[in-house]
Amino acid sequence: MNGSLNANHLLFLGQGALWTVGLSLIALIGGGAVGFLVALCRVSGVRAVRVASSAYVQLIQGTPLLVIMFLTFFGLPPLGFSVSPLAAAGASLTIYVGAYLGEIWRGAIQSVPRPQWEAAEGLALSRTQRMAKVILPQAVRIATPPTVGFMVQIVKNTSLASVVGFVELARAGQIINNSLFEPFLIYAIVAVVYFALCFPLSRLSQRLERRGARGRTTLMPA
Amino acid sequence: MALTLDFSAVLERWPSFLDGALLTLELAGIATVVGGALGGVAAIGRRSRHAALRRLCEVYVEAIRNTPLLVQIFLVYFGLASLGFKFSAVTVAALALTINVGAYTTEIVRAGLDAIPRGQIEAAEGLALSRAQIYRHVVLLPAIERVYPALTSQFVLLMLASSVTSQISAEELTAVANYIQSDTYRAFETYIVVALVYVALSFLMRAGFWTLGLVLFPRRRRLGTPL
Repeated sequence: MNGSLNANHLLFLGQGALWTVGLSLIALIGGGAVGFLVALCRVSGVRAVRVASSAYVQLIQGTPLLVIMFLTFFGLPPLGFSVSPLAAAGASLTIYVGAYLGEIWRGAIQSVPRPQWEAAEGLALSRTQRMAKVILPQAVRIATPPTVGFMVQIVKNTSLASVVGFVELARAGQIINNSLFEPFLIYAIVAVVYFALCFPLSRLSQRLERRGARGRTTLMPA
Repeated sequence: MALTLDFSAVLERWPSFLDGALLTLELAGIATVVGGALGGVAAIGRRSRHAALRRLCEVYVEAIRNTPLLVQIFLVYFGLASLGFKFSAVTVAALALTINVGAYTTEIVRAGLDAIPRGQIEAAEGLALSRAQIYRHVVLLPAIERVYPALTSQFVLLMLASSVTSQISAEELTAVANYIQSDTYRAFETYIVVALVYVALSFLMRAGFWTLGLVLFPRRRRLGTPL
C-alpha cells in the first residue's frame, strides 16, 4: 500500500503552499488593521483606552497561538457559533498578529523624536493632523524593517492552522505522509518550501534594517 | 441558544492542569538552559576566524529561524524514529525546543557581542587582563547584560511555543487541555482556563528573569539603569 512520491503529491503540496501564502496575507491584512488600531490606542490621550489596549496585548502575548486556535475552533461551536477551519485560523491569526504588530508599531510611533511632536504642536496642528501628517509618515519608515521581519513569524505561524484541519503546507505534508509513510523525506520538502518563503523576507528585513540605520544617523537631531 | 458557561467540570481537573503546567515549565526550563548555552557557543562560533565554522553556525541559525517549529518537531520526531532511535515524546520535545531556541539565542547574543566597542577590549588588554578574563568580564557578561531583555522575552516565547509539542502528544499543558475538553465537552471553558494559566506562567517567568537579572548583573542593581 506504500506508494512513492509522485507529481500529484507535489501538486498537493504546492496547493498547500499557496494556502500558506493566502493565510499569511489574511493574517497580515487582518492583523495589520487590528495592530494599527492597537498602536493608536496604546498612545491615546485617554487613560482607559490605553489600559484596555495594553491588557489586550498582555493577554494575547501571554497565550500561545495554538490555544487561541483551539479556543476559536473547538470552543465556539458548543456555544452555538459554527466556525470553518479557514475562519477559525484567519480569526486566530488576526487576533494574534494584531497584538504583536500593535506593539511593534507603538514602538515605532514612540520612537519618532520628541521635538517632532512639539514642533507639530507649535504649528497648531490638531492631534489628528499631527498623527497623520507628522508622526505616522516617520513611524512607517522606522516600522518597516521589524514589520517585514515579523512577516516571517506570520508565515511560520500559519503552520499551526493545520491543527484545526485547515489544509495548508504543513497539513498537506501530514496528509501525504499518512499515505506514504516517508516522514523524513516529506517533512524535509515541507521545511524547504517554508524556508524558500521565509528566507527572502528575513534577508529583506535585514537589508532594510541596515539601510534604515544608515539613514537615521543622518536624520537624528544632535 | 443561550450562552451557558460552566467552569466547574473543568476546574475539577486542576491536578491534571497542574501536571501539564509543570511539564510545560520543565520543557521550557531545559530548553532555556541547554538552548541558551548552545546559542552562546554558536554566537561565538559566528564570529570565529574560521570561515567554515562561521558558515556552519550561520546555516544552523537561518535554517531554524526560517522554518516553523511544528515542522522541526515532526522532522526530529519522525526522523529519529526512522533512523531507528526510540525516544519518548517528551525527550523529542525537549530536544526540538532546545535546537529551536538555540538559533534565536545565537542571533540575540551575537548582536550583544557586536555591540561591545573595540576600545573596551583594547583597554582591557592594556590593563594586562588575560584572554579568559577579557572574554568573561569585558565581552561576554556585558554583551549578555545588554541583550538580557530580548533574551528573556525569547525564553518566554519559547515557553508559549512549547504548546506545539502537544502535536506529538507530549503531555504538557495544551495536550492536557485537549484531553480534558474531549472528556468534559467543555471546550470553550477548558481553553479559556488554559489560556489564563499560560498568561500566569508568562508573568511568573518574566518576574523570575527580572529577579535573576538583579542577581546576575550587580551593576544594574546598584545603579538601577540598563547598560
